[in-house]
Amino acid sequence: MVDTTPADAIPPAEVAEMELYHPHSWWTKYVFSQDAKVIAIQYSATATAIGMVALVLSWMMRLQLGFPGTFDFITPEAYYQFITMHGMIMVIYLLTALFLGGFGNYLIPLMVGARDMVFPYVNMLSYWIYLLAVLVLVSSFFAPGGPTGAGWTLYPPQAIMTGTPGGQDWGIMLMLVSLILFIIGFTMGGLNYVVTVLQARTRGMTLMRLPLTVWGIFTATVMALLAFPALFVACVMMLFDRALGTSFFMPAIVEMGEQLQHGGGSPILFQHLFWFFGHPEVYIVALPAFGIVSDLISTHARKNIFGYRMMVWAIVGIGALSFVVWAHHMYVSGMHPYFGFFFATTTLVIAVPTAIKVYNWVLTLWRGDIHLTIPMLFALAFIVTFVNGGLTGLFLGNVVVDVPLSDTMFVVAHFHMVMGVAPILVIFGAIYHWYPKVTGRMLNEAMGQFHFWVTFLGAYLIFFPMHYIGLMGVPRRYNELTDMTVMTESAHNLNAFISIMAFLVGFAQVVFLFNLIWSIRHGREAGGNPWRATTLEWQTPETPPAHGNFGKELPIVYRWAYDYSVPGAKEDFIPQNVPGSFGSSREPA
Amino acid sequence: MAIALVLVLVVVGSVLFHFLSPWWWTPIASNWDYIDNTIIITFWITGVVFAAVILFMAYCVFRFRHREGNQAAYEPENKRLEWWLTIVTAIGVTALLVPGLFVWSQFVNVPSDATVVEVVGQQWQWSFRLPGKDGKLGTSDTSNVTAENPLGVIADDPNGQDDLVVEAADLHLPVGKPVKMLLRSIDVLHDFYVPEFRAKMDMIPGSVTYFWFTPTKTGTFQVLCAELCGQGHPLMHGVVMVDTQEDYLAWLGEQQTFAQLSAPQQVGSAE
Repeated sequence: MVDTTPADAIPPAEVAEMELYHPHSWWTKYVFSQDAKVIAIQYSATATAIGMVALVLSWMMRLQLGFPGTFDFITPEAYYQFITMHGMIMVIYLLTALFLGGFGNYLIPLMVGARDMVFPYVNMLSYWIYLLAVLVLVSSFFAPGGPTGAGWTLYPPQAIMTGTPGGQDWGIMLMLVSLILFIIGFTMGGLNYVVTVLQARTRGMTLMRLPLTVWGIFTATVMALLAFPALFVACVMMLFDRALGTSFFMPAIVEMGEQLQHGGGSPILFQHLFWFFGHPEVYIVALPAFGIVSDLISTHARKNIFGYRMMVWAIVGIGALSFVVWAHHMYVSGMHPYFGFFFATTTLVIAVPTAIKVYNWVLTLWRGDIHLTIPMLFALAFIVTFVNGGLTGLFLGNVVVDVPLSDTMFVVAHFHMVMGVAPILVIFGAIYHWYPKVTGRMLNEAMGQFHFWVTFLGAYLIFFPMHYIGLMGVPRRYNELTDMTVMTESAHNLNAFISIMAFLVGFAQVVFLFNLIWSIRHGREAGGNPWRATTLEWQTPETPPAHGNFGKELPIVYRWAYDYSVPGAKEDFIPQNVPGSFGSSREPA
Repeated sequence: MAIALVLVLVVVGSVLFHFLSPWWWTPIASNWDYIDNTIIITFWITGVVFAAVILFMAYCVFRFRHREGNQAAYEPENKRLEWWLTIVTAIGVTALLVPGLFVWSQFVNVPSDATVVEVVGQQWQWSFRLPGKDGKLGTSDTSNVTAENPLGVIADDPNGQDDLVVEAADLHLPVGKPVKMLLRSIDVLHDFYVPEFRAKMDMIPGSVTYFWFTPTKTGTFQVLCAELCGQGHPLMHGVVMVDTQEDYLAWLGEQQTFAQLSAPQQVGSAE
């Protein structure tokens, strides 16, 4: 459909401009700041720091798996602590925090044309509570007994028993407290993102003119607000079981010949609560990546995103469907087997909107004018790894195929490809894309090329072959692969190869971090809009944008976010805040 | 430009790896070749989609790379194309789902002639219980577990007296007979997994879960635990020997019943 209303028909402002708290001192400007952009950088820096811990932990695991018996300090206890903390940090404290707290805070107000988040003070609290959650998590490394080794899924009863590292020590308690804090902090930020998108859009910025980045982050935030409470109650109940001796998740148990003082609880109830959160969580990470990569592809291919409205509905549809697929993580959990019919069907249905997104990304490239910038390279690599990981999801989602593959290395390879590598490649692309707006300078191109090629090819060489180790029947979460009939000598060699690749990819991240710091001073000056992009964050009067984002007057939006290469227009992009009709712009509405 | 070539190499390399690498599943030893067939169907459909999408992308990157004076096309939507792609995808997904659900219904519906074997998991070993002459397993309860009654069999239940108890030793099964594995745990989650049988299922303390299969080859097979159960998890190995009917009956004759195992203890308490 073609919008027939004249582009200049802009509604009057309905809400008075918000009054911002302007900082009076260095402390309130850079530390206890209420500016969403500063909070975004605080979130991102903290997430990156704790992410480096997770990276080192993954090296420890790969040392053990690639070269078993060589490193004495990696005891079985330590190995389980490493995998648990690696998983939890990556999923919650890095990916969720970076996409929503980092990119969400920086981009939402700028992209919707707002001065700041609508509740700046609560937004500031959100970060400090997140930091506290991270510190509690880190403290468990120094607590008696060390961090929990229950696996990132924290399944009871083992999570709170002596056979598991940290189960009867401090580890599990600190983990649960940290998660509870994280959820409290996230809720404060999340309410902000939702209300800002709904209430603080500038004049002319209709919902169907929002860049897909905002759609992705917005939908993910709504989902997180609905999904995290399930994890919250599960954590509180398990904390009671562990600290007060209740039995929410604890049936009668004989541990090492001794009857425990528990009875009547249901271990599988925890799994339902965990995955009711845990599956939406996959999309809480994926949807912002979907949105951001759409904008990267469109901008760097100088072409409107193909099928914008379909893309929006696919994001919303995936978000809704992801609440009715959780038990596909539990096909072999011992739940009633008839659930399998329902959850396999919903899970495979979700493949349809997901596939549409992939088609539309690729069709955006079709007849484009593709600039192979570093953000574009990362976007292309994202499509490869996401398609690969999405397709192996069709194995695991199809209940009976999951039976031999579940709990094997195939699952590890699948979820790393689809929700580890793929979203992280988008994060990298996004950082190369928006770094010039945040700092005013470009990241170094040569280091960027090195970082891209090693990360993309290295990660593919780690996780693609790993599927086949799982297909052989090798279970996950084994620190010892000896004395196993399915584990052949050549598979041990393959494991060593995977480990070497993991060290290489990790090293490339060190180069990337160096680039981030080096370019702040030495990068090429970027100017306000180096990529010649249409969205509002590139149209700010100052770069980096000042507190309040847009100077005296808020921008007025006259067009959708994708007017690239409009026939008849002078340039190959028309910013959203430029009035007038040009050539034959056909905005879908 | 390099990226277009690399995208092609990723596809070619992945396909070659799939067909030429030595890493593939272990030979099957149960009736669940239906599952293997479903995996093969899935490999074909997903493999074709993967190759098609990535090769098309490589073509686009090569053909529409930026050169001086190029301009991108302007086409916000194409309803027909979008609907076609949606329908084709839906058909592909259905082609995966229908055989999958069909095999799942076989997996969850146990044949009526299946014999019953109970597996009990605990940190970090496997025990087994087989019904005696009456063909019935007696009831059990974790709160009954003691050193003398490691599986928590309820002594008052007459069905349980002739049950054969195999504590922390190998399980034997007759070849060619369907068997329903009843799965139980007395401490944490475990998962009874024999890669050659393709089937697995978690065991949950407080519940009884199950799966069924028919062993189709005689031989010795390794049992692995497939659900994280604490730090001894990777060492929780067991053995299933699939015997001819003759060997199986011989083994069965050597096993002790619950009544025999608890008898000396009763004598002891009478003294």
